[in-house]
Amino acid sequence: MFKWRNTFQWLIATFMALALSGCGYNTLQSTDEDIKATWAEVLNQYQRRADLVPNLVNVVKGYAAHEQEVFISVTEARARVGAIQATPELINDEVAFQKFIAAQGELTGAISRLLLVAENYPQLKADGLFRDLQAQLEGTENRITVARNRYIAAVKTYNVTVRSFPSNLTAMLFGYKTKPSFTVENEAAIAVPPKVDFGAPAPAVGN
Amino acid sequence: MSRTARAFAAGFFLLLCALSAWAQVAVPELSRQVTDLTATLDAAQVAALEGKLAAFEAQQGSQIAVLIVPTTQPEDIAQFGIRVAEQWKIGREKIDDGVLLIVAKDDRTLRLEVGYGLEGAIPDAIAKRVIAETITPYFKAGDFYGGIDAGVQQLMRLIEGEPLPPPAESGSNGDDGALVMLIVGGMVAGWLLSLVMGRPAAGGVAALGSGAVGAMLLGFTPLLLFIAVFVFAGVAGGGRHGGGWTSGGGGGFGGGFGGGGASGSW
Repeated sequence: MFKWRNTFQWLIATFMALALSGCGYNTLQSTDEDIKATWAEVLNQYQRRADLVPNLVNVVKGYAAHEQEVFISVTEARARVGAIQATPELINDEVAFQKFIAAQGELTGAISRLLLVAENYPQLKADGLFRDLQAQLEGTENRITVARNRYIAAVKTYNVTVRSFPSNLTAMLFGYKTKPSFTVENEAAIAVPPKVDFGAPAPAVGN
Repeated sequence: MSRTARAFAAGFFLLLCALSAWAQVAVPELSRQVTDLTATLDAAQVAALEGKLAAFEAQQGSQIAVLIVPTTQPEDIAQFGIRVAEQWKIGREKIDDGVLLIVAKDDRTLRLEVGYGLEGAIPDAIAKRVIAETITPYFKAGDFYGGIDAGVQQLMRLIEGEPLPPPAESGSNGDDGALVMLIVGGMVAGWLLSLVMGRPAAGGVAALGSGAVGAMLLGFTPLLLFIAVFVFAGVAGGGRHGGGWTSGGGGGFGGGFGGGGASGSW
């Protein structure tokens, strides 16, 4: 009546399942998913920013058409960002990841130069559309920061699981590798003191 | 599992935050709708604001909270804002309809943190306008209550235009998760019972008789242990989230924020 063998099999199966989760297999799964989700949000917000840029350029052009240089640099930076395939798989390729981050960093710099130029045009600053776009851009930059922080936190949990004992054995067995994370973007630029150049002609003040 | 993992990740993250930056301004405990750490508003003004916000929550379901701190230094108000939002979790869970108004009085900065669910009703550009056109004119004149009151009123009007689920009736929500876990646990226990006993009828009864009660009637101590584990898992799974105020009625906490909103200064 009482099937010992059957019971035994079930006990073994349960034990193995418990042992595997004890070795961090389930943690690896869930943190891996967390990384995917947070990374998707990072990409989403970067995309949102890239979508805002052409509108912003157009509005600024309306008031400061002769500031060609800054328009070109923003447009080029945006094109470079667009040229990189922003796929979820990016996080599995360290080199591509760094390239993506560098391109986004360039776009950040180009946008801030554009906004700096805009500071010189009081009429532009008073334009309702420009102010709305600026608010949207600020909000998006903030969302990017939040998304990046959440990604960093998710990667940290995951990497700790991948590298600490005994879950590192599980990770090795199933081929889970550590994932890249964000660092300070322009380390070199921060280390260099800002250059002040009084020689260049001051940008024309709007009419 | 993913819930536990997420909770773990959040805990880890918070721990890191706590370790990495001693100097950060601590996020105050959430106990009421209006938290004034600068004694800018008098008791009557706080009560008036809280009355409005509580009434709005009872009617609309969305939660608005106000926090006045002296300063957020060395952090940016946006960084501080998302920390507060992540800790307080105002707004209903899954609807994410919370709004947080933070004023850093000595920094002369303020910020609106808008929950995911209200990013349509209060996009960044609108949030910026609420700050620049509604609130800061009062603040410039030194009228903090006037600015906050006007800002809150406008936020309420904006949220009213958004089709959100009605507020939950008090007491009805909550332990659904635990109940489901109980039933599932009971069914699994019944299934295991039938396996071990080789008596399908007993297992079937246990499974159909919604778990625990049925299985307990058959009275096997190891199985009771199983059931206890499942029941425990169920109770633990239905845990609560965030802080909360008691007068809020049926509204839950657990709203998510992603950094939406706007900052301003006066």
